[in-house]
Amino acid sequence: MRLTCPICGARDRREFYYQGDAVALDRPAPGAGVQAWDDYVHLRDNPAGPRRELWHHEAGCGAWLVVERNTTTHEVHGVTLAMAVAEARR
Amino acid sequence: MKFSGLRVLKEGLTGNVGWTPHWRDPEPKPEYDVLIIGGGGHGLSTAYYLAKNHGMTNVAVLEKGYIGGGNIGRNTTIVRANYFLPGNSEFYSHSLKLWEGLEEDLNYNVMHSQRGIINLFHSDGQRDAFVRRGNAMVNQGDDAILLDREGVRAHLPYLDFENTRFPIYGGLYHPRGGTARHDAVAWGYARGADMRGVDLLQNCEVTGIDIENGTVRGVQTTRGAIRAKKVGIVVAGRSSQVAAMAGMRLPIESHVLQAFVTEGLKPCIDHVVTFGMGHFYISQSDKGGLVFGGDLDFYASYASRGNLPTAEHVMEAGMTLMPMIGKAKLLRSWGGIMDMTPDGSPIIDKTDTEGLFIDCGWCYGGFKAVPASGYAFAHLMATGQLHETAAAFRLDRFRTGRGILDEEGTGSQHNLH
Ligand SMILES: Cc1cc2nc3c(=O)[nH]c(=O)nc-3n(C[C@H](O)[C@H](O)[C@H](O)COP(=O)(O)OP(=O)(O)OC[C@H]3O[C@@H](n4cnc5c(N)ncnc54)[C@H](O)[C@@H]3O)c2cc1C
Ligand SMILES: [Zn+2]
Repeated sequence: MRLTCPICGARDRREFYYQGDAVALDRPAPGAGVQAWDDYVHLRDNPAGPRRELWHHEAGCGAWLVVERNTTTHEVHGVTLAMAVAEARR
Repeated sequence: MKFSGLRVLKEGLTGNVGWTPHWRDPEPKPEYDVLIIGGGGHGLSTAYYLAKNHGMTNVAVLEKGYIGGGNIGRNTTIVRANYFLPGNSEFYSHSLKLWEGLEEDLNYNVMHSQRGIINLFHSDGQRDAFVRRGNAMVNQGDDAILLDREGVRAHLPYLDFENTRFPIYGGLYHPRGGTARHDAVAWGYARGADMRGVDLLQNCEVTGIDIENGTVRGVQTTRGAIRAKKVGIVVAGRSSQVAAMAGMRLPIESHVLQAFVTEGLKPCIDHVVTFGMGHFYISQSDKGGLVFGGDLDFYASYASRGNLPTAEHVMEAGMTLMPMIGKAKLLRSWGGIMDMTPDGSPIIDKTDTEGLFIDCGWCYGGFKAVPASGYAFAHLMATGQLHETAAAFRLDRFRTGRGILDEEGTGSQHNLH
């Protein structure tokens, strides 16, 4: 499996740290309530198929990336800078 | 058909023509008292104990593929009771006791081999942690012996004791730990359940769960609709998909775990040896193959196969620990789908839907749990009460923060176990 970092180009999987579901970008407000925090920290859709994830280019440029990847085939459909994803939402 | 030494002798002398299939291949009935979704180790043991301990025989196991095709047929077969958190400890202790009587109970040779497990340590701090774990095991009534370096050498003379990065300081020896033949465990439970009247329905994928007014009514399958008063979800790596059919989201992420086996060799590794610092463990099967593995690939996956970085890492760790295996040829490698929970411990509980129960979250350690999980889950489904050995495996522990079972002490968060 290789990921194409928008800054560094195509790199081996070993350079990246997998954080998990891209839900990590949707941090609830501190007072959002137990259910919102349970959804954020623990509960997962865990789909067999396409999914959005957060990866860190740990041994490269250090950027956080949103990776669209298929969990059944390991195909990677897109890699975006997490910063760009977050800024587009503002 | 009962197995015995005499029977084996007789069949051997008469051309082995008297053996019959281990279980029936029935048509689904329109309704059962209990449906178990998933014919892996846990689903089959649940059905067996429902029949044996609770007299519930109007039960069907619904398996989308064939019996033994899931993780029950893909694991590295280690059986042990060396957990130390209250909640886990009594459960795995119970499971090991069930293992010790399993062959007689099932009248089936599951090749349970208590060859002993040795967990190696490489620093003073790690020794302290193992002393603590060993004491917890002894307090639970199980066995643990702290070996110093020479003690390890007496058992495992072939290790590289002088490794600069990970010199061997000693090991925690668990003599009652060992291995079992994974397929035989599935077949033995399947046969035992079938003999007591349980229907094993293969090629029967559950595609929907019928719920009316908060109560489960049955399921939709590729072999038609089946009604039932109680339904248990026991589908390991597929737990999230099946739970979603009942509108649930689970605290689970599915990951791939790889394993490897070499060509058959003469007996050379007598124990199960784990090298935690290198993410490597190994044992030798009765056929002679060295069976070994390491850690997860560490990304969500349903592919049942992993990638090269983990394979390389595992081989390197093996060569670091025991260079003697370097000339063995690798025969096969494969992967299984692991239902990982945030704290690395399982779930055996009711759900918010009346009559719907769930047993999941076995991570990479659910083989040793097969007997006790089925025992406790059958108890819960039959009586509505949690079994005392599995009372800590609550579904809501993540939401409430009460009773988190983080055996490794790394934190209760996805991707840390
Ligand atoms: C490489 C590897 C090594 C391992 N090593 C060990 C070890 O040494 N010791 C240990 O204790 N554990 C180990 N494990 C973990 C252990 O194998 C699992 O935790 C355990 O087998 C999971 O429970 P199960 O047997 O019920 O799962 P499975 O055998 O996977 O059973 C689940 C079943 O549900 C079926 N199913 C799924 N969806 C549906 C549906 N919609 N309808 C009907 N049926 C469905 C599947 O086809 C499958 O047969 C290892 C796992 C792997 C992959
Ligand atoms: Zn980069």
